[in-house]
Amino acid sequence: MDSRCEFAPIAAMSAAMVPRPYVVARRWNETADTFTFELRPARDVRPDAPPAATAAAFRPGQFNMLYAFGVGEVPISISGDPADGERLIHTVRTVGAVTRYLGALGPGDPVGVRGPFGSAWPVDDAEGRDLVLVAGGIGLPPLRPVLYQVLARRERFGRVALLYGARRPAEMVFVDELRSWRSRLDLDVEVTVDRATESWKGSVGFVTTLVRRAPIDPAEAIAMVCGPELMMRFAALELLKRGVADRRVHVSMERNMKCGVGLCGHCQFGPSFVCRDGPVYPFADVKDLLQVAEV
Amino acid sequence: MMRDMTALLSASPVFAGLDTDQLDFIAGCGWNVHFNAGDTIFKFGEPADRFFVLRGGDVSIEIRLAGGPARRIETLGEGEVLGWSWLFPPYTWQFDARAMSGVRATAFDGSCLRDKCENDPGLGYELMKRFAGIVATRLQATRLQLLDLYGQPL
Repeated sequence: MDSRCEFAPIAAMSAAMVPRPYVVARRWNETADTFTFELRPARDVRPDAPPAATAAAFRPGQFNMLYAFGVGEVPISISGDPADGERLIHTVRTVGAVTRYLGALGPGDPVGVRGPFGSAWPVDDAEGRDLVLVAGGIGLPPLRPVLYQVLARRERFGRVALLYGARRPAEMVFVDELRSWRSRLDLDVEVTVDRATESWKGSVGFVTTLVRRAPIDPAEAIAMVCGPELMMRFAALELLKRGVADRRVHVSMERNMKCGVGLCGHCQFGPSFVCRDGPVYPFADVKDLLQVAEV
Repeated sequence: MMRDMTALLSASPVFAGLDTDQLDFIAGCGWNVHFNAGDTIFKFGEPADRFFVLRGGDVSIEIRLAGGPARRIETLGEGEVLGWSWLFPPYTWQFDARAMSGVRATAFDGSCLRDKCENDPGLGYELMKRFAGIVATRLQATRLQLLDLYGQPL
């Protein structure tokens, strides 16, 4: 056997373990605890260095491991446009030491990036069908790349609905884009909050209530659901009640991803590893696991 | 006109599966209504003598605190049923309902239907099953709202 072939997978995995240097190009707040930043490949300042690399290509739904040097690494979904080869966009909620550190970075500061990892939303499978995206809270960023791809070739899809639920109006992300999407005639965007303020003119109620009203043909529709696990479970069940087949409902799971390549086992989810086999799964494959306390 | 109403009812998930006689009877208790944005549809404490199937527009369910602003707790939209207090004593509204936009709906006379259900347990059971389903669904959604799921990391 050719030893190059024998060791090729190991070499690929080793490469996947090495962070590539990026720098923060821009950073802005989405909400009080959530920010978005734009990363660009770091320029190698050595005189004999090759031209600057382009950002790694990714598919909607995939994630990167973002390394805050000297602090730690976290898995973060990519929230930008897959067609944009120049920059990586991530939207991050600050929940721990690493995300707090990342949130404090500014233009020019370095970030290590490994990835992209994991499975993707089946955007191509949705062509010719109605598509419903159901997002809750910080679950919208992993779905935004889907919308970018769909809107870039809108004519290939049937009706497209985005249903977004947030805790309060002030905790919604991508507010300007939501307004812009709502103004389109070829996109149904419904937003609801759990707790309304006096000035809120939109819907009040859990996001599952929007599923019941979504203007889709359930017999043919594909659904992509992202948010807290309980929200995904009930949104998926609501979609099933409407007649969407469980293999055409997709959810994005979150577990303790560490290595990103299915080696370390931290993100084991039943018979699979979320970093390698997920995070996007057909609901049919995970619905039983979602109710197992010890999984 | 009555036929139109029966056809409208049979297309609504709330009444799906009822036989023609039952649909005809319910249709006889219904009439179409329209509310402008901001109109009060019903108010807490008033007699609950009807319910509505929304055909267009959004309705806000609200609770008003003494001397304070209304707190919006739920929004209902097209295809949904507004009001179940007509089914249960003391037959008074437990919340306020206000049109958030122009609202088209079919209103049904609750006391007329209650009388009919008393005399026709088959129809009564069918309607009770449907309204119990609506109440259970809303309860589940409220529980999820109360869990404050978005406040936690994914």
